[in-house]
Amino acid sequence: MKEQTLKKKRKRLVFRTVILAVMAGLVIFALISNAKEEKSVIAKGEQAPNFQLQKFGSDGETMALNDLKGKGVMVNFWATYCGPCKDEMPYMEKLYPEFKEKGVEILAVNLDSTELVVQNFIDQYNLSFPVLQDKNGQVMDLYNVSNLPATLFINSEGEIVEKVIGPLTLSKLEGHLQNIVPEE
Amino acid sequence: MNEITCECGHVNPEGTVLCEACGKPIEGNQHINGNEDKKLLNMRYDGSARRSQTYNRTIVDKIWNFFSSVKVGVWLIVLTLIASAVGTILPQEMYIPPNVDPASHYRDQYGMFGQIYYQLGFHNLFSSWWYMLLIAMIGISIVIASIDRFFPLYKTLKRQKPKRHELFMKKQRVFGVTETEQIDLELYKKNLKKRRFKIYEQDGHILAEKNRFARWGPYVNHIGLIIFLVGSLLRFVPAFYIDDFIWVREGETSMIPGTEGKYYIKNKDFILETYNEDDETDARFKEAIQKQGGPIPKTFQTNAVIYERTDDIIPGKEPELAELKDTQAKMNHPIKFDDFALYQASYQLNEFKEMTFKIHDKGNEDTNYGEFTVDLSDPKNEYTLDSGYRVEINNYFPEYEMQEGAPVSVSKYPKNPAFVFSLYPPDSEEAETSFLGIGANVDASGENDYKIGLVNFDVRDVTGLTVKKDHTLPLIALGGAIFMLGVIQGMYWNHRRIWLQPKENGVWIAGHTNKNWYALRQEINKVISGTHIQEPRDQYEKKE
Amino acid sequence: MGDLSAISGNLLYAAFFLYLIATFFFGATIRDKKRAKNRTAGNIGISITILGFITQVGYFITRWIASHHAPVSNLFEYTTFFGMMLVFAFIVLYFIYRVDLLGLFALPIALLIIAFASMFPTEISPLVPSLQSHWLYIHVTTASLGQGILSVSFVAGLIYLISQIDQSKSNKHTSWLEFVIYTIAAVVAFIVLSSTFSALNHQTVFQAPIEGQQTEITYQMPAFIGPADGELVTEEAMQPLVEAPGWMRGEDAAVKLNTFILSLLTGLIIYGVSRLLMRKRVGAFLQPMLRKKVNPELVDEVSYRAVAIGFPVFTLGALIFAMIWAQQAWDRFWGWDPKEVWALITFFFYAAYLHLRLSRGWQGMRSAWLAVGGFGIIMFNLIAVNLVISGLHSYA
Repeated sequence: MKEQTLKKKRKRLVFRTVILAVMAGLVIFALISNAKEEKSVIAKGEQAPNFQLQKFGSDGETMALNDLKGKGVMVNFWATYCGPCKDEMPYMEKLYPEFKEKGVEILAVNLDSTELVVQNFIDQYNLSFPVLQDKNGQVMDLYNVSNLPATLFINSEGEIVEKVIGPLTLSKLEGHLQNIVPEE
Repeated sequence: MNEITCECGHVNPEGTVLCEACGKPIEGNQHINGNEDKKLLNMRYDGSARRSQTYNRTIVDKIWNFFSSVKVGVWLIVLTLIASAVGTILPQEMYIPPNVDPASHYRDQYGMFGQIYYQLGFHNLFSSWWYMLLIAMIGISIVIASIDRFFPLYKTLKRQKPKRHELFMKKQRVFGVTETEQIDLELYKKNLKKRRFKIYEQDGHILAEKNRFARWGPYVNHIGLIIFLVGSLLRFVPAFYIDDFIWVREGETSMIPGTEGKYYIKNKDFILETYNEDDETDARFKEAIQKQGGPIPKTFQTNAVIYERTDDIIPGKEPELAELKDTQAKMNHPIKFDDFALYQASYQLNEFKEMTFKIHDKGNEDTNYGEFTVDLSDPKNEYTLDSGYRVEINNYFPEYEMQEGAPVSVSKYPKNPAFVFSLYPPDSEEAETSFLGIGANVDASGENDYKIGLVNFDVRDVTGLTVKKDHTLPLIALGGAIFMLGVIQGMYWNHRRIWLQPKENGVWIAGHTNKNWYALRQEINKVISGTHIQEPRDQYEKKE
Repeated sequence: MGDLSAISGNLLYAAFFLYLIATFFFGATIRDKKRAKNRTAGNIGISITILGFITQVGYFITRWIASHHAPVSNLFEYTTFFGMMLVFAFIVLYFIYRVDLLGLFALPIALLIIAFASMFPTEISPLVPSLQSHWLYIHVTTASLGQGILSVSFVAGLIYLISQIDQSKSNKHTSWLEFVIYTIAAVVAFIVLSSTFSALNHQTVFQAPIEGQQTEITYQMPAFIGPADGELVTEEAMQPLVEAPGWMRGEDAAVKLNTFILSLLTGLIIYGVSRLLMRKRVGAFLQPMLRKKVNPELVDEVSYRAVAIGFPVFTLGALIFAMIWAQQAWDRFWGWDPKEVWALITFFFYAAYLHLRLSRGWQGMRSAWLAVGGFGIIMFNLIAVNLVISGLHSYA
């Protein structure tokens, strides 16, 4: 009899502990999910999803991220109507030749809707790196980017090493680019 | 030895208040339901052994017992109620105008009170962690309280015997003694059956019972609530729930966000209808329309085509599309395809689409050297007119603003377009430059001979659609349905029992119900009519 | 078309007077000394009530035909319907329990509600797109029926309180009961003021800045409280005594505040005069009339039964049907709109009531007070949430 009650008691304790633990787990899940921002930009350490976009100033020539395997890639989301985006363009232009040598490509994904405006901008700033046209914002949606500028640094394995939301300074930009130079 | 053996021979679990079989109050446990020295028994959960009241040793037991308490449950409900009420005093953050800073909005609009309200987080009450925690605790309380009560009650009602202890009978709220030998028990039983009672007999003791299932109502509705809450919880899992938004301009085809590039939508036409008092069918609203003073909308509708992408989905690549359906989204009538639904949620009227300009002498608007039309979503670099004039667009600002003395565009949408034109008269390489926007026509050099003027424009509407995928709905609906069934089961039926005990010189009768005593007494009166059993008394004493 | 809406209006008037007459018959039942023997007055009362209810259903149907949509789409229509549902719920509970006194209190409350309803614009109004759904009828009518049944619980609770509160000395119970009675007086005051001044065609016009724009503001009652920075336009009108505080937003804020304060003050006068005439607390004055007639336990059970019946109906209409409709119209079944939240608060409140009653044995006095509180929440949701806290549901 005594043994039986002890067994019963243990069973009861296990039962209660399990139920409470399951419910505590659900509550914690709810609180954490709720605290998270609704949509977060694709995270550090993830594989960068592929995309294929038309290049400005070419007759329909497209570039795909997957074609750049083996190179470090910096993807910069920008638009002409975004002030801070304009400010970092000269930095990118300045560092581009040096890092292209080292095997790093810069892709500037533009979100304007009128080619004329962007073309004027490219001419005005004398940009030599490829500017890609994401007219419908598909790539922006794919990467869950909601605020401009946003910059991703992808290493030669296609993994996202760093993401920066907001403007970059020249020195920061250089540091991040240095990180994705492919090893020889 | 924890079990309690009653004098009737039944073995009851620890913590039992009233013997499961015969109902005899078990000495030493009466404090649990507060029965000591009372004239009437507390029949809560039929005196079954609620384990929460018995075991209280480990921390797990203590937490368990905390949530098991109805008192705690009611407190949680009351706290949630008060918090919710406070949350409606000022509009929640989601209802204030977008693009304003909430901190200053609450301060400017509602002063000191608004600031405090904002700082305490009431502006976002319903997604605050502590409000969610309150709801979660109600959920936990529901689960534990139900487990703790349902099983013992179920067992007790299953094990009850018709033969009851005298003390149990006497201490029922409805109780009566009849001393006569003429009692017509057959009629009594017939009456009971007619009123759909189930009859159990044991040594001449008769238990009549009906609607026991009503006692499970609360537990059924609690299961419904739990399913509902779990359904709401699943919304945090992206595979179950997508909530996105899209603006589509008339004539444009856009990818539908949230579908991973698989679906596209073309906005063929956005329609806004308003009520018209001169219209025959709307004439009945004449007074109301006049009183309103402004237009009253009648329809918001988007005529749209949904496309499915047929090639490999590479984002950014020009898609190959196959038409899926040609349909319309209206309020209350969303477009549905695959797992998705598109709801008519918003609109913007009259966004610029095309502008037509003419070239004329600076001093004379009646002259005309030709016209050209600019497509605002895809302007060309230059326009050559038949008259030999050539216009280059040097710069285009879809939504221009002056910042630090220079025009800049603040978005890509042609809401307030402005241009910098270079005009080349025939056979001339000398350009005249001018800046042209709505309400602005600036001659750059001040020495221009010609002027470009806006003669016409074309507008289009933009529709705003919510994109939804929601696999939690079936679960939430199921929870709601079970809840309703449980509530109805528990509220619209009453569990009633009538015990009859043979005595040497007559009978004792006692009755119990979980609610509506007046109706029970009415029913007993009907059952005993003609049987010579005397009407039992209600022993309930009013205490103020 | 115009004929039909005129008929509809007349039917509503007729129903109103029928309810009024029925009230007197129920009042006459108090005189019956012997309990439950002579049922004549009660029987006549309930017959006239049913006749009134049928007449009001006639109003509802004719108005439906005239407007081509169920007349539950603006504050007038909704509130009238609520009054009708209260009468319906009373009839149902009357046939379960046969308590004549219930009619004496339920009908005047229904009359007040219907009179209150007609203070709002009564013309037939068109439906904006979000309201064009069958769920409008289903949701609103069920929710209203639920509220009507729950209101009967309040009526029974009020009878319980008036008859059972210890009136030998002033205490918390008596003070709160006087407060409830005063609130009813203020509603009466509002109705009397509104109809008097609208019969007199009273208008006081102001010019005042609203959101930076000079706007014309019209008062239908004498303006004791003028709009902030307002300038009186109407000649020979009285200058307002004070100005509404600047933080009150919206065109009608000052008008509403003025009406509200005037009603409260007039209510105070009505209450004060009655108290002077009675020379005691109104509750104490009413008690002896009810004391003999009332079986407290029965009234308590009626009050509880009303909650037991009304709670599921309310949940179905005000929460579940509401969610189904919201899912269709606004793509989410729940949006924390003030009206929704107050429906949830009502649900929570009655859930607490049921738990307290079933598990903690709250009966009698405490239960009656809870029933009064529940009705307070329902009225708050009907009036304050529509007129003061705006949201998707604001009719006005």
